[in-house]
Amino acid sequence: MSIFSKVTQAVVQFVPDRDRDQLSEEHRIVGKPIDRLDGPQKVTGAASFTADFPLEALVYASLAFSTVAKGKIRKIDASEAEKSSGVLSVITHKNAPKMKDPPLFSPSSGTDAAASTANVVNTDEIYWNGQAIAVVIADTLDGAEHAASLIKIEYDEEPAALSFEAAKSQAETPKNIMGEDTEVERGDTEKVLAQAKYKVDHVYSTPRFNHNAIELHATTAAWNGDQLTVYDTSQFVRGVADSLAKMFSLKKENVRVLAPFVGGGFGGKGSMWGHVQLCVLAAKVVGKPVKLVLTREGVFRTVGGRTPSEQRVALAADETGKLTALIHTGTTASSFANDFAEQFSFPARHLYATESLYLTQKLVRLNTTPNTFMRAPGESIGTFALESAMDELAYELGIDPVELRLRNDPDQDPAKHTEFSSRHFKEAYRLGAEKFGWQNRPAQPRSMRDGKWLVGQGVGTAFYPAYRFPAAARVRLNADGTAVIQSSAQEMGMGTATVQTQHAAERLGLPLEKIRFEYGDTNLPQAPVAGGSNQTVSIALAVQQACEKLHRELLKSAKQDQNSPLSGSHFDEVRACDGGLFRRDKPETGETYVEILSRLKQDFVEAESETGPPLETMKYSMGSYGAQFCEIRVNEQTGETRVSRWVGSFDTGRILNPKTAVSQFRGGIIMGIGMALTEETFFDERTGRIVNPSLAEYHLPVNADIPKIEAYFLDIPDPHTPLGAHGIGEIGITGCAAAVANAIYHATGKRIRELPITLDKLL
Amino acid sequence: MNNFVYIRAENSQRALNALWETNNAKFLGGGTNLVDLMRERIEQPDAVIDITRLPMNQITELPDGGLRVGALVRNSHLAAHPLIRDRYRVLSQAILMGASAQLRNMATTGGNLMQRTRCYYFYDSAARCNKRTPGSGCDAIDGFNRIHAILGASSQCVATHPSDMCVAMAALDAVVRVTGKNGERSIPITEFHRLPSDTPSQDTNLNPDELITAVDLPNFPDARKSLYRKVRDRASYAFALVSVAAVLDVKGGRIQNARLALGGVAHRPWRATAAEQFLLHRPAEEKTFREAAELELQAAKPLAHNGFKVELAKRTIVDVLMELAGKAEVQ
Ligand SMILES: Cc1cc2nc3c(=O)[nH]c(=O)nc-3n(C[C@H](O)[C@H](O)[C@H](O)COP(=O)(O)OP(=O)(O)OC[C@H]3O[C@@H](n4cnc5c(N)ncnc54)[C@H](O)[C@@H]3O)c2cc1C
Repeated sequence: MSIFSKVTQAVVQFVPDRDRDQLSEEHRIVGKPIDRLDGPQKVTGAASFTADFPLEALVYASLAFSTVAKGKIRKIDASEAEKSSGVLSVITHKNAPKMKDPPLFSPSSGTDAAASTANVVNTDEIYWNGQAIAVVIADTLDGAEHAASLIKIEYDEEPAALSFEAAKSQAETPKNIMGEDTEVERGDTEKVLAQAKYKVDHVYSTPRFNHNAIELHATTAAWNGDQLTVYDTSQFVRGVADSLAKMFSLKKENVRVLAPFVGGGFGGKGSMWGHVQLCVLAAKVVGKPVKLVLTREGVFRTVGGRTPSEQRVALAADETGKLTALIHTGTTASSFANDFAEQFSFPARHLYATESLYLTQKLVRLNTTPNTFMRAPGESIGTFALESAMDELAYELGIDPVELRLRNDPDQDPAKHTEFSSRHFKEAYRLGAEKFGWQNRPAQPRSMRDGKWLVGQGVGTAFYPAYRFPAAARVRLNADGTAVIQSSAQEMGMGTATVQTQHAAERLGLPLEKIRFEYGDTNLPQAPVAGGSNQTVSIALAVQQACEKLHRELLKSAKQDQNSPLSGSHFDEVRACDGGLFRRDKPETGETYVEILSRLKQDFVEAESETGPPLETMKYSMGSYGAQFCEIRVNEQTGETRVSRWVGSFDTGRILNPKTAVSQFRGGIIMGIGMALTEETFFDERTGRIVNPSLAEYHLPVNADIPKIEAYFLDIPDPHTPLGAHGIGEIGITGCAAAVANAIYHATGKRIRELPITLDKLL
Repeated sequence: MNNFVYIRAENSQRALNALWETNNAKFLGGGTNLVDLMRERIEQPDAVIDITRLPMNQITELPDGGLRVGALVRNSHLAAHPLIRDRYRVLSQAILMGASAQLRNMATTGGNLMQRTRCYYFYDSAARCNKRTPGSGCDAIDGFNRIHAILGASSQCVATHPSDMCVAMAALDAVVRVTGKNGERSIPITEFHRLPSDTPSQDTNLNPDELITAVDLPNFPDARKSLYRKVRDRASYAFALVSVAAVLDVKGGRIQNARLALGGVAHRPWRATAAEQFLLHRPAEEKTFREAAELELQAAKPLAHNGFKVELAKRTIVDVLMELAGKAEVQ
């Protein structure tokens, strides 16, 4: 930890907490299972996604990709492509206007968002197989795609680093991981381990995974002089805008990025991938608006996914099951054009009490597409290893796997030694166990069967940190009693717009129909990246503060007006309800917003607020917890595994909308089932090429693979967050793969430590 | 996709004329395979002859009790047809385990017979592939070959035929009817698809001047006692790692008739003739089935990642035959 962060950490302990949000207990609109407000638009096709905006004189771009993993472009012959019908331009490194280097995504910078430092098409350098090396612009999409296939490229190939196995010996320890110390050490773990009677010590590995959101990555760019408008499939419109401003040397205010609807992101659209700047560049070159939609193969080639990992987890325990040592170390991969060590060691920092602890990570670099955030980066693969090991230890000790976890629930954060802001880990386990019927499970492997199918039940802990990032929001009250909430936030289908509307309605004391939430546009106050499951809470705090500011201003104006029934009332004495502000002690005394604005003779009043850094997450250990229970069947003859039942139980603070929340949990669990059983990117180490870049051969689970999924939550507010809420996007996938692997062990007696658990591993 | 000429044929003769008169033309059935391959630039026809208007979308009864399935009968129609479900259960099951409902609604019988391999390297024009570019080499042999052939492969090609429908048809001794410059001819399905040997670019024995008009299913009462089992990486919408189509007739505990075909293991639907002969007249029990499976897979030559298919194929054969034998006992 840097001196600076150490000092901050120490100082923060003396910073007073924010007042507990009074709405944490309010149940008028927040907490109700409201249907998604954008549902009708989506099911009727009225919602316009990035590729749907009909700009005048729009032309189309298509990319050509490198077929080698490392080297230089020796020769590029675009003459045939240029002659192909309808082609307006072919951009290669030979003729491309210069762009500034892409500003690599970094949380500390605020809005630098490039996924990779590779200045594609401005360089002859090849960093990975599949890198974009030319852009063709034509008056039709087919014309552009065809012409792209006519480009002839010769390379000076160089030996590439492609084997994870081979690179491991040169792995380095990154300076920090997501701003946290890479290494956490307490006590002599190896010594404790060596002397322990009960222990497990194994290596777990996870493969590469690729993003496959339904909506392909797409960008539409239009220039008007030095004004740039971009529609982009982004989880971070502000970051894209500011990064493009840097690359094209524009004033920030001259770049507008819009993403009114995004068809799934999951981290894959959290940073700015090369095609975005290439689309902007193409529009500049041809002087017309350009649309660039990546093909599915294009997404596999140019958008990164999850790193492969190899993790060691060693656990030691006394005979009561209390952990005496916990070691979680291992290696992940990044590329030569980015820098991202996926934080698999994070769950072990917060989950279990242990006498001694050792955590660290190493990183290798390979000539691959830059790896990126994907579906709970770190926590999903980290919980696979840790929670498999916990299960192994439970069998070693002869203690029930649920009981073992309960016995190791810590009183304070095991790594930071801070207090938990809100932790109901045991309750989550108990609720899940009861709903699942865990007490009926025979401990012995291979003890349940259904005809040819061996039946097993498994459990794994879910964990995800509760992040909050600085954010801004504006609230405007109109004279007609309606309100508009604005923030550049992004809606990728998770229910952001619905939940923020609910929140604003509750906060302002207005019915839902009177609120409009505007988002997905950089002209609005700045929201952070929708990543790390932070968005709901980050925006909620900004809205809370903006509403408070507005209410205070209204009261100030009322104070100056003797006719106002609120005259003389303090902020604490009133509450927002029934379309206005009313005294808490005399609920009939007060004024509606309509009355206030008419008295003020104003069309609207508004307030904006920007929240500060999340000091609370330094002061407290803030996370969400859960338990994933599943039942699986393994065909004894063929090794096919089918998940037959799932119960997830979560402690994720206050639930703002049970309907959208359950969808988030379910979605995460489905991804977890894919991670456990079917998904894997095949990366050919001879060439660095992904060989299954399609939905036919990259196996996401299909409906037939998914059982009924029950998701339960405790709904206990965190006193240190707005509304008492935590983000819930990512926690759903964590713990799933281990739960499945543990259930497979229970069914078959076979312990599989390598994902995905395909049938060949069970034969 | 390259530019191409689109021709819509109203009858077989026009379709054939168009084929004969145009250089590098392809028939278009449901387009679920051809169009994909054109988009990937694996197939680059100069002309596409749409045959979906040809009057070959009927299933008719033949005088000998068999059925004639027109080449343009859609997969979903074929699988749902009452006579197919009744007389050739295995065929209906096989089709329903293939692809997705949407694809089956489009896919035609002729197109399904002619669908090309799903080998990753065949699909990637940056890779070497003797099937796509004869003489260029094979990147699958030392690459990702988990889904590849264990039987009948060559040093040139280890691809598999991906169809489920054809595996069932192989067990049923279906006959492919084609017509070309030399008139009509019939090709037994087991001779329709080829092994790769040193000409892997040729998937089938259909001549370039020929059109598939129908598939005949012979009269085969035992086919009522049939079963298709498909083992794959997810519960639906995945190609077979191994599949088994079987017909089994048992009387007095002894096997009277057995037909066995495997999918996902070879460059063509693999008719397990050695196993069939072994099974005949032997007791219908697990030991027999296992021995038959062992015999059939003796010739298996696994690659680095597909060794599991050998045991998987054996177990699936045993499993399917056990299930059929169990049913036979009950009857
Ligand atoms: C994602 C995906 C998953 C799939 N999964 C499965 C699966 O699990 N199991 C399975 O069996 N299949 C599967 N399929 C393949 C599917 O069955 C085939 O694509 C389909 O059967 C092809 O039929 P079609 O009519 O669309 O053929 P087309 O694409 O129209 O044609 C295919 C070929 O046949 C030729 N052809 C068509 N008709 C004739 C004719 N009458 N005479 C001569 N030549 C002809 C065409 O010229 C072309 O070369 C899958 C396909 C996809 C895309």
